[in-house]
Amino acid sequence: MTHEQIIETLEAAFAGQLSDCDTAHGISAITIPAASNLKVLQFLYDSEDLQFRFLTDLTAVHYPNRTNEELCVVYHLHSLHLNKRLRIKLYVPVAAPKVFTASKLFSGANWMERETFDFYGVDFVGHPNLKRILNVDEMDYFPMRKEYPMEDPTRIDKDDEMFGRGGTIC
Amino acid sequence: MSAHIHLDEASIQKQTTTLNLGPTHPATHGVFQNILEMDGERIVSAVPTVGYIHRAFEKIAERRPYYQITPLTDRLNYCSSPINNMGWHITVERLLGIKTPKRVDYLRVIIMELSRIADHLVCNSVIGVDTGALTSFVYVFEFREHIYEIFEAVCGSRLTTNIGRFGGFERNFPQEAFDKINKFLEAFPRGMKEFESLLTRNRIFMERTMGVGGISAERALNYSFTGPNLRAAGVDYDVRVAQPYSSYEDFDFKIPVGTTGDVYDRFLVRNQEIWESVSIIKQALEKIAALEAADPSQKEVFYAPEADKYHLPPKEDVYTKMEALIFHFKMVMGEIEVLPGEIYSAVEGGNGEVGYYLISDGGRTPYRLHFRRPCFIYYQAYPEIIQGSLLSDAVVTMSSLNLIAGELDA
Repeated sequence: MTHEQIIETLEAAFAGQLSDCDTAHGISAITIPAASNLKVLQFLYDSEDLQFRFLTDLTAVHYPNRTNEELCVVYHLHSLHLNKRLRIKLYVPVAAPKVFTASKLFSGANWMERETFDFYGVDFVGHPNLKRILNVDEMDYFPMRKEYPMEDPTRIDKDDEMFGRGGTIC
Repeated sequence: MSAHIHLDEASIQKQTTTLNLGPTHPATHGVFQNILEMDGERIVSAVPTVGYIHRAFEKIAERRPYYQITPLTDRLNYCSSPINNMGWHITVERLLGIKTPKRVDYLRVIIMELSRIADHLVCNSVIGVDTGALTSFVYVFEFREHIYEIFEAVCGSRLTTNIGRFGGFERNFPQEAFDKINKFLEAFPRGMKEFESLLTRNRIFMERTMGVGGISAERALNYSFTGPNLRAAGVDYDVRVAQPYSSYEDFDFKIPVGTTGDVYDRFLVRNQEIWESVSIIKQALEKIAALEAADPSQKEVFYAPEADKYHLPPKEDVYTKMEALIFHFKMVMGEIEVLPGEIYSAVEGGNGEVGYYLISDGGRTPYRLHFRRPCFIYYQAYPEIIQGSLLSDAVVTMSSLNLIAGELDA
């Protein structure tokens, strides 16, 4: 089964819900509405043709300039049956970053979601133990968000312009 | 009772004992803390705490030119840092569309398999230490030293190697490196056999490890296990075969699998992988010799010609030639463009699938770089694996999982 057929199968099952479908560097990628993440993951897991039953990775990306869809949660699934990878993205607003937890479906998602919460503040609804994992419990911000600069913001030699981005990012 | 001591409700009446294992316990081989609830010698439940050596690599990577990220990858799984280095190089090469020459691929395979051997030797000999057999540990560390000497001959450093560049290597392998590889290949099989003869059929070792810390294939997959720990449970998933990189498809090797996923199976799978690695290195040397015999100019190929924009020019040229100096400056200042794109690329690390999820927005640094760190993902299964087992078995189980604190905490 090719990457195109995988996307076609998904499009047939979730008509009108998928966007930005493409295949690059050996991975098909789709974007889905945040509310239907569990439906899509469960469908991929149960489907006898696809069998996406291995959660390779789960993380988030922060795009401060996308209004109302600042946080992007990214799942990387692997079908050992087809030997194909699939990337699923969903966008949530940074003000209310609520995503249903996948930890009931994949035990491995438990810590990956905790890590994503720890660094981006994505609230995984239904997670059994959603607390910080790598940072200290007392921390009151989400350090991987782009508004927290890594370096001293007063240093002009470390400005974003020096990294090919023109001006400060936030 | 002192006002400073806060005890949970009913904690005085409870029948179990709370035991802190770690974070700096000699038996945990790294900074791992587990708060165990013990019923006598049996573990009722375990709560692992991680993050003691978190160094914010993903945040740092967002402010580093691409070539400065290689040293960060060293410090993830520092028992096999060349695999991490090359995994990162391969990721960027795939994003840029650089095709590396065969000789570079084979040289990389040699280095990666040597690191796999070093990684597995540490892990397996430490299982021996935790079962009370210190001798085997001392035996194989000689060969780890030989491997580090090879790395030293190739790149100048031993543990955190920063080996290679985008497109290949910083310089060609010196003859000394090949001599050391050949010497290693000659001496190592005898030492490895000796190591195996000390443990594999050792009655005490078998009693201590068989049926201990097992996990079923189904649970292992559900926990996203990868590497030898997954293969010990009986799933033949290996990135080198499933999605080959660096010309692994040219090599002929087996993927050893276990059946029960217990400590003993993990030990056997790693030992068998070491033998496969030895065979892969021999094949790689033969392939390089064949390439050089067919075309003597191949001897000088150590990086992809189309990657010259990403490859620091030789130092002597920098001091004598204008163009080389300009290129050197541009590269060090990170003025080399990387096109926007998004990629997930994985290699088979010492303890599982090491993945790099890279988003480039065209800047000089990644917009986002996420490391898939295998032991962070499978360590969460630890409480489930050790539940109901003895405390001493929990220690052996931990060492058999090949947990590297640097990788776990990123």
